[in-house]
Amino acid sequence: MPTIRFKVNGREHTVKDLDPSTPLLWVLRDSLGLAGAKFGCGLGMCGACTVHVDGQPVRSCLTPASSVAEKPITTIEGLAKDGKLHPLQEAWIEHDVAQCGYCQTGQIMSAAALLEENSKPSAEDIDMAMAGNLCRCGTYIRIREAVQAAAQKLDASKESGQ
Amino acid sequence: MNDQGLHDVMREIEAQDALAYSSSPMNRRLFLRVSGVAGGGMMLALQMGLASRTTALAAGLSGDEPFAPNAYLRISPDGSVLIYAKNPEIGQGVKTALPMIVAEELDADWSDVQVEQSEIDQSRYGSQFAGGSRSIPSNWDPLRKAGAVARHMLVAAAATRWGVSADQCKTEKSAVLHPASGRRLGYGEVASQAAALPVPDPESVPLKKRSEYKLLGKRITGVDNHSLVTGKPLFGIDQKVEGMLYASYEKCPATGGKVAQANLEEVRSLPGVKDAFVLEGNGKVDELMPGVAIVADSTWAAINAKRRLKVTWDESEASKDSFSGAVKKAAELAGQQGQPLRQGGDVAAAFASTAKTVEAFYSYPFLSHAPLEPQNCTAWFKDGSVEIWAPSQTPQRAVTKAANTLGIPAEKVTLHQTRIGGGFGRRLINDYVCEAAAISQKAGAPVKLQWTREDDMAHDFYRVAGFHSFKGAVNQSGRLSAWQDHFITFSSNGNRPVSGGSMGRSEFPEYLLENFKITQSLMPLSTPCGPWRAPGSNGIAFAVQCFLHELAVAAGRDHQEFLLEVMGEPRWIDPGNARSLHTGRAAGVIRLAAEKSGWGKPLPAGRGRGLAFHFSHAGHFAEVAEVSVDADKNLKVHKITVAGGVGPIINLSAAENQCQGAVIDGLSTALGLQLSIEKGRVQESNFHQYPILRMPSAPQVDVHFIESDYPPTGLGEPALPPVAPAICNAIFAASGQRVRELPLSKHGYSA
Ligand code: FES
Ligand code: FES
Repeated sequence: MPTIRFKVNGREHTVKDLDPSTPLLWVLRDSLGLAGAKFGCGLGMCGACTVHVDGQPVRSCLTPASSVAEKPITTIEGLAKDGKLHPLQEAWIEHDVAQCGYCQTGQIMSAAALLEENSKPSAEDIDMAMAGNLCRCGTYIRIREAVQAAAQKLDASKESGQ
Repeated sequence: MNDQGLHDVMREIEAQDALAYSSSPMNRRLFLRVSGVAGGGMMLALQMGLASRTTALAAGLSGDEPFAPNAYLRISPDGSVLIYAKNPEIGQGVKTALPMIVAEELDADWSDVQVEQSEIDQSRYGSQFAGGSRSIPSNWDPLRKAGAVARHMLVAAAATRWGVSADQCKTEKSAVLHPASGRRLGYGEVASQAAALPVPDPESVPLKKRSEYKLLGKRITGVDNHSLVTGKPLFGIDQKVEGMLYASYEKCPATGGKVAQANLEEVRSLPGVKDAFVLEGNGKVDELMPGVAIVADSTWAAINAKRRLKVTWDESEASKDSFSGAVKKAAELAGQQGQPLRQGGDVAAAFASTAKTVEAFYSYPFLSHAPLEPQNCTAWFKDGSVEIWAPSQTPQRAVTKAANTLGIPAEKVTLHQTRIGGGFGRRLINDYVCEAAAISQKAGAPVKLQWTREDDMAHDFYRVAGFHSFKGAVNQSGRLSAWQDHFITFSSNGNRPVSGGSMGRSEFPEYLLENFKITQSLMPLSTPCGPWRAPGSNGIAFAVQCFLHELAVAAGRDHQEFLLEVMGEPRWIDPGNARSLHTGRAAGVIRLAAEKSGWGKPLPAGRGRGLAFHFSHAGHFAEVAEVSVDADKNLKVHKITVAGGVGPIINLSAAENQCQGAVIDGLSTALGLQLSIEKGRVQESNFHQYPILRMPSAPQVDVHFIESDYPPTGLGEPALPPVAPAICNAIFAASGQRVRELPLSKHGYSA
């Protein structure tokens, strides 16, 4: 079986002897030791496995490893920059969003992709962008608040030219 | 197959009531009577984690000792305060809330506190489990005393150092102060001196009054939040052990089927697969049922190979259950009387002399727990012992169950508690732990067993369906005068209902009524059932609280007023039992929910409010739903107002989160969740067929608490039961349509 090279969170990784159809999720979790992306359904239905490929949110449980070789991949572990948490991560902590917490890395990655594209999302924009992420514990209300808070913070820091 | 374990788990949890109250003198006698344990003091010592003290003393004290007067806390000379969280964290917030209780009585500055998950050790921590909304109530006294004892000793040490009396000292923010002289010693500075003092009798140490709390009742963010949002490996599924292999396990989709034949050779030759073998199991559904294990070098190889596995099942003793068949049978039984369960007064006379009678048939389906983290467990069997990393709600049971499965003594099992990606009652049962242990034993290597979502839906301990054939009456003055409920449920042995399928005496509202009659019919079932968030109440509340509303409507009365009349004078239903319903507390939350929701204020056509109250897990909860329904049955739930009474609130942030989550869970379930079972097989396999609510359908949820000095009770469950009836009563108010069968989607509603 082939050797595949991955670019994850700005670092190069080589995985030898890899079945090319292996979903990216299991490469991250088992081979690269990045456990932030979670397994929930394996069917693209829950969003727990969300990561970014080329800046776009993807369901890593359905993404064959071979299709993302050499492409820039960002996981929750790479969201903080230079030791500073992403405003979404900060908002998630401050708003005490998590219950069990299992869905939350996927939620944050979906929200991060939304804010990349739309820095002033309306309530509906947020609901639509997050509709693919299930939270079995029902933390949706706090997720909405946290996304809104992070969007405002990001916007304010952009306006002040930082 | 044997499902005794499914009943035992609830019995053990319920026994915690007795234990929880054993530590207050008023209730100790009751506890001794209930438990028949003579050494109540010893039990208390164990429960308080005082056993560790003996070890510390035996080890001798050297001078720079950390101060660890009990198993719950440790103060180091550098001033750091470590508090152990003893119970599993499933999202209910106890990893933060239990340490907060210790910190409050200790007067520790929360920013000095580090929290660690404790070991699983009955001898030091007493019962460690997450179930029945019991973590807060059963640990409230022991943890407060653990903190207070430590504080008392730190004060004594500082007072001795200063040569003043302890009475002249006070504490705040992890320090002892002597106000008269302005002196101050941080806890770390007196830790080793305090460690040399004898531990006082916990009963002799005073506890704070609620008005003195500085930490409890505040909004404190979860201690794992930073790790969660940065993707740290906290969960069962994230565990890794040196040299670990990955396993999947295929069982018969109809419970009780055995492996007749399997293409093991072919599976063994698949890429990454190391081995494939049959486990016979021990016939216990909560331990190890027969199946085929596949052991591979990656999770993907293990679950992918399972798709190529072909098994012929011997289904001679397997479940043949059919839910559609049961629905027909229940409809037939509804016309009959059922076996008498309980009665009071004279229903027949009341019906004969009454102004109006109402009859109705209610039902609710089977459900899956569907926690987002599919079942998994890592186990390493080596030299007759096993080490386990498990996301279990009942880790101590997991130890005994794994030992039993492997045929080794429980002392040979070490279990590490991980964070849990959702419980809801599913992980009270440790089948996946037993499977991982058995696979490791046979494979001769550490393994992580990973279930798929499909495995999880096919092998749950389901919330059992239920049916109620009601007859009720209101008299001339519009008062509820008679109540009859023929409850049709399921049994695996023909004698008693399956786990989660009984209607206990404590189910609202029979004990408030003069004339009532409860009868029961049992239908056979082989599908394993178990506790699902607010067992029993989660379905019963829908039927009972909607039917009460039907009676209020028949009487031409306002629902709030009708409910308050049912409550009557403020009193405990079971005097002396602080976990029983108090009608005054019930009335309080009903009034609060009504007031906060704008009850009685006019709404446009097509929009309505519905009220429901339910009492479960010692929590008093009233909720008002405000919904719109159009002619095509498009349902919009605008807002749900929650009013709860659970005594003092420990952590306001987590408490509100629990209630909002319970409401969304209740709405999600009422709206669209159901399982069909045919030929013993659950037909739904993944979230496309089990549509858990998504964000666009989540309503606003306002949460209000009536805080009080009653002993605190848990919040994991009691906010859920009133949700479905509040929504269905609101649909009636908005549209005149009465829904008597869940889920709503079955009747054309969509959100
Ligand atoms: S695990 Fe990928 S969407 Fe659910
Ligand atoms: S917090 Fe538990 S699934 Fe979202």
